[in-house]
Amino acid sequence: MPALLEARGLRAGYGPPDVLHGIDFTVEEGGVTALLGANGAGKSTTLRALCGMIRRAGQITLGGARIERAATEEIVRRGVGHVPDGRGTFLELTVEENLRLGAYTRRDRAGVAADMERMFGYFPRLKERYRQQAGTLSGGEQQMLAIARALLVKPRLLLLDEPSFGLAPLIVREIFHILRRINAEERTSILVVEQNASLALDLADHAFLLETGRIVVSGTASAIRQDETVRRSYLGY
Amino acid sequence: MIGLLHQISSGIASGAIYASVSLALVMIYQATHHVNFAQGEMATLSTFVALTLIHAGVPFWGAFVITVVLSFGLGVAVERVLMRPVMNAPVLTSVGVFIGLLLIINALDGWIFGFTIKSFPSPFHSAHPLLGGLVSPHELGETGLTVVVLTLVWLFFRFTPLGLAMRAAAHNPSSARLCGINVSRMLGLGWGLAAAIGAAAGIMVAPVVFLDPNMMSGILLYAFAGALLGGIDSPLGAVIGGFVVGVLENIFGAYIVGTELKLTVALIIIVAVLLVKPAGLLGRAVQVRV
Amino acid sequence: MTGNRSALGGALVVFAVLLALAFVSDSYHLFQLTMLVVYAVAVLGMVVLTGYNGQISLGQGAFFAIGSYATAILMANYNWPYWATLPVAAAASALVGFLIGFPALRLGGLYLALTTFALAVAVPQVLKVDALSGLTGGVQGLTMDKAEPPFHLPLTGDQWIYLFTLGVGGLMFLLAWNLTRGRIGRAMMAVREQSTAAEAMGVSLAGIKTRTFAVSAMLTGVAGALSSIAVQFVAPDSFNFFLSITLFVGLVVGGVDSIPGALFGGAFIEFVPNIANDISKAAPGVVYGAILIGFMFLMPRGVGGLLARALRRGRKLAAPAE
Ligand SMILES: Nc1ncnc2c1ncn2[C@@H]1O[C@H](COP(=O)(O)OP(=O)(O)OP(=O)(O)O)[C@@H](O)[C@H]1O
Ligand SMILES: [Mg+2]
Repeated sequence: MPALLEARGLRAGYGPPDVLHGIDFTVEEGGVTALLGANGAGKSTTLRALCGMIRRAGQITLGGARIERAATEEIVRRGVGHVPDGRGTFLELTVEENLRLGAYTRRDRAGVAADMERMFGYFPRLKERYRQQAGTLSGGEQQMLAIARALLVKPRLLLLDEPSFGLAPLIVREIFHILRRINAEERTSILVVEQNASLALDLADHAFLLETGRIVVSGTASAIRQDETVRRSYLGY
Repeated sequence: MIGLLHQISSGIASGAIYASVSLALVMIYQATHHVNFAQGEMATLSTFVALTLIHAGVPFWGAFVITVVLSFGLGVAVERVLMRPVMNAPVLTSVGVFIGLLLIINALDGWIFGFTIKSFPSPFHSAHPLLGGLVSPHELGETGLTVVVLTLVWLFFRFTPLGLAMRAAAHNPSSARLCGINVSRMLGLGWGLAAAIGAAAGIMVAPVVFLDPNMMSGILLYAFAGALLGGIDSPLGAVIGGFVVGVLENIFGAYIVGTELKLTVALIIIVAVLLVKPAGLLGRAVQVRV
Repeated sequence: MTGNRSALGGALVVFAVLLALAFVSDSYHLFQLTMLVVYAVAVLGMVVLTGYNGQISLGQGAFFAIGSYATAILMANYNWPYWATLPVAAAASALVGFLIGFPALRLGGLYLALTTFALAVAVPQVLKVDALSGLTGGVQGLTMDKAEPPFHLPLTGDQWIYLFTLGVGGLMFLLAWNLTRGRIGRAMMAVREQSTAAEAMGVSLAGIKTRTFAVSAMLTGVAGALSSIAVQFVAPDSFNFFLSITLFVGLVVGGVDSIPGALFGGAFIEFVPNIANDISKAAPGVVYGAILIGFMFLMPRGVGGLLARALRRGRKLAAPAE
């Protein structure tokens, strides 16, 4: 499969010191890639760097075009949906407004309306809470809203930062099930950051492991799952 | 009784002006967490421009529209040149910069247009007394126009994609960027809009208070009081607060402290709000840093 | 403690020079020097507040007015000797500072700026009000007698007023210097730097902030009282909003966290022409505004900050020789 996203020698950070020390990875077209690592390894930083939210250097290619100098909104317009750390919900706005913001870059009204309906297919609860203020949603509902909002960008690549964070196992299973459907039905490629490695490896076909800003292991999901040392030292199961 | 009704109706008329300026302040505060102390002086400058146009023979409403559009540009320019560099600086820096802007505009107004107090024409006239003589034609027209402006602003924010994007950029800039919104453009638009609203308020109040370089300083104070009363992060609160302050100012001025001390009413309102309900009527809870 | 000692030495030299000027200046320049010291003390009040507490006052002119009027009322209406009015002026402005500061200082930095802004705009109106004109002289203001040198000292009135102002001003600088150096000063710094750390130190933030604001108001109020004694006249229009802004500009120019900088602030206010009385003509406003914005962008720590840097560099150069 061809690479949709390719990072070469990616460095990034918040102040002068680098948090990412030159990492290389790819996300394949139509695939799901998992990004694993301990707390503070730089997983969220990687996603932020891809979206141009922080200082970065190196090469990032999306569908053949270089994006390492593009502004965040430009990268989004090129087809990257990002469900950030903390979900990034507009708490003061309604569910409807949050979803409309997801579709802000799009001019195809009919397409947006159809996509909105599809989102309600995936997440019926959002339809029930359509006019409710987003800040009043439960954590699981907010995660659904964040995913739906990112999907309404009509992204080629969906970046997910710990979609399971703070949610009950049942909800987590539901959300991962929906992510699998989205990947299959929308042909959206996914790069997912997860603490819950077993869950992420179930969903992913490729994975890589980050340790203090460097990639230490990468490979297919099943290979990584098999790898005894990786399992014991990094994944903890 | 008629006296009280009269105080209330003219309180509403001045409240409309305060509401506009409060809204302008709050729009900027919400998006940047800075207060534009020069908001009043920018409006005064706009009003001078309008008067110059009128004296040059432009019909009133033509001058009104041209001025509002020019003021929008002024607001955008101020955001680009002055606000952007101090965006993440400490409060002291932005206060210093905007007080500096206040001084410069104030002085330039006097320099270019003169320090003498000038009368300003009202577009509203009526052959008959209105509402049994309770309000003057200008009061009624001014209130009506301001309410129309405020309603248009509300419709814009509530129902247009651009208005929604501006709200999103103010509430949560990084998420807004992830929706493909150009946040810095939204900030510029917000400043432009605030300046335009201020310009409309200036033109509407000038026939009442007359025009001089310090015309807006008292009004800015009432607008602060209105914004704090309504909740400094709530646009709707700001508008309500502005009207309430207008009415309170008139009633207190007429019956309690006397017209000489009207400005003190604003100070009292501010201190009372901070003591009793720092978040204001509609604002989110203020972090009390004790 | 060489830093402290050389600071003290520097201060003594400056004080001696200012003292010597009393005997070589004509009455016009003596008046200017007096006002320089007055404004320096007023700015000093703001340094204590902004530099050591991180809070912003846009209404310091109000405290200046309160101090001025306290002295003027006592002198003109009750025949108090000028020197006896100072404690009353100090207490009155400190009290108002406390009352205004108490609600605003519990909240974030902008709230005090807004409240004091309101105070500055409202105060001239209060001074003009008819009901109080028996006390304040209303729009006309009050006129006082000129202070005479005591003990038949061989001094002119202007010399004496300057020396008196210089003496009180020196005391105020000493007070501020002491305050910012001791336990309270450290607590104040902690308040500015890191609120949580200060709390861990067992400091009551609101208490420290409110008391600091009261001290700040007191210092500026004393400056107002000194100006009354020097000018022998008060009227509401000298205490308009632009006075507060002028003092704020003086603060920024001198450097918000520099006690010696306050002297530069005072000099700036006195010598950049016609500010206090005649601000409504265009040029000074533009100059002030431009200077304010310029300092914010280019020299946020003011002349005082520049001086401190130069001193440090000088000491570093001198160090290897020791
Ligand atoms: N906004 C920020 N400013 C400064 N440093 C930051 C910021 N965010 C993260 N860091 C630092 O960057 C490093 C990587 O953080 P990052 O958030 O990418 O970790 P992570 O792998 O996502 O961890 P977690 O699993 O806890 O979310 C950490 O050392 C962190 O302290
Ligand atoms: Mg993270």
